[in-house]
Amino acid sequence: MKLIVTVMPKNGVLDPQGKAIEHALGTLGFEGVGEVRTGKVIELELAGSDPAAAKAQAEEMARKLLANTVIESFRVELA
Amino acid sequence: MNAVILLFPGTNRERDMAIALHKATGRKPAILFHQETSLPAGTDLVVLPGGFSHGDYLRCGAMAARSPIMPAVRDFALKGGHVLGVCNGFQILTEAGLLPGALLRNASLRFLSMDCHLRVETTRSPFTARWQKGETFRAPMAHGDGNYFCDDETLARLQAEDRVAFRYATARGEATAEANRNGARDNIAGILSENRRILGMMPHPEDLVDPLMGGTDGLPLFESIAEALATA
Repeated sequence: MKLIVTVMPKNGVLDPQGKAIEHALGTLGFEGVGEVRTGKVIELELAGSDPAAAKAQAEEMARKLLANTVIESFRVELA
Repeated sequence: MNAVILLFPGTNRERDMAIALHKATGRKPAILFHQETSLPAGTDLVVLPGGFSHGDYLRCGAMAARSPIMPAVRDFALKGGHVLGVCNGFQILTEAGLLPGALLRNASLRFLSMDCHLRVETTRSPFTARWQKGETFRAPMAHGDGNYFCDDETLARLQAEDRVAFRYATARGEATAEANRNGARDNIAGILSENRRILGMMPHPEDLVDPLMGGTDGLPLFESIAEALATA
């Protein structure tokens, strides 16, 4: 079973990479670009066939390692 | 004082740290690999030196904070043991939850390798007792992720409990925005744990402990901890 964990900086946490991309898009002439935020996408291949159990396991992985919940929030989805 | 320096894959400041500790204590520290699961009997101080442990994969210090030696370090800290984390070591301590907050990418997105000045914010710790409050000293810094972040509540607590050890400042001791090269919250360069026995800091006091290195500005830190643990 494949799951996708999306990790993003929390609101209020400075995201200098997002700011740099925002600036570069403006330099390239793209108009109307608002705030740009960057994060990570982590794909997990998990054994088992129970989607709810796999999701719970991935959430525990996110809390323990994949995200630093001091500065990041995460979202787990089935692929 | 028996000091133990932890070595993770990608650590690169362990020898500098050993020189500083040897100079201040007269004893050579032990160097312990991250795959060990216990600290040597009689350990007084655990040091997490700088470097790029595990290639900074996922987040700086994230992998090292979950390595086999860390449960022993956590036990040691919970029992009142002294721990020093410098640069990547500071990042590892925050990732391990032994110090609050996190170290973000430098606000400029640039790796900063230069001297900075630190203002001593408290002398009430075994690491800073040899300085005067408000004294400024020079320290080299070399990091890409040294931008200290914590939420408002944590910041208020750190201030109320006198747990900010060092702030980035000018040579004259002014904590200005210009002196805060990495964008750290409230110019914070180093913090103490609640029991004041864990210190995490980004710049490298161990790299200025001998006139041959260009100065001895960082030596008081090692003399302070050596004195505090001399009877241990």
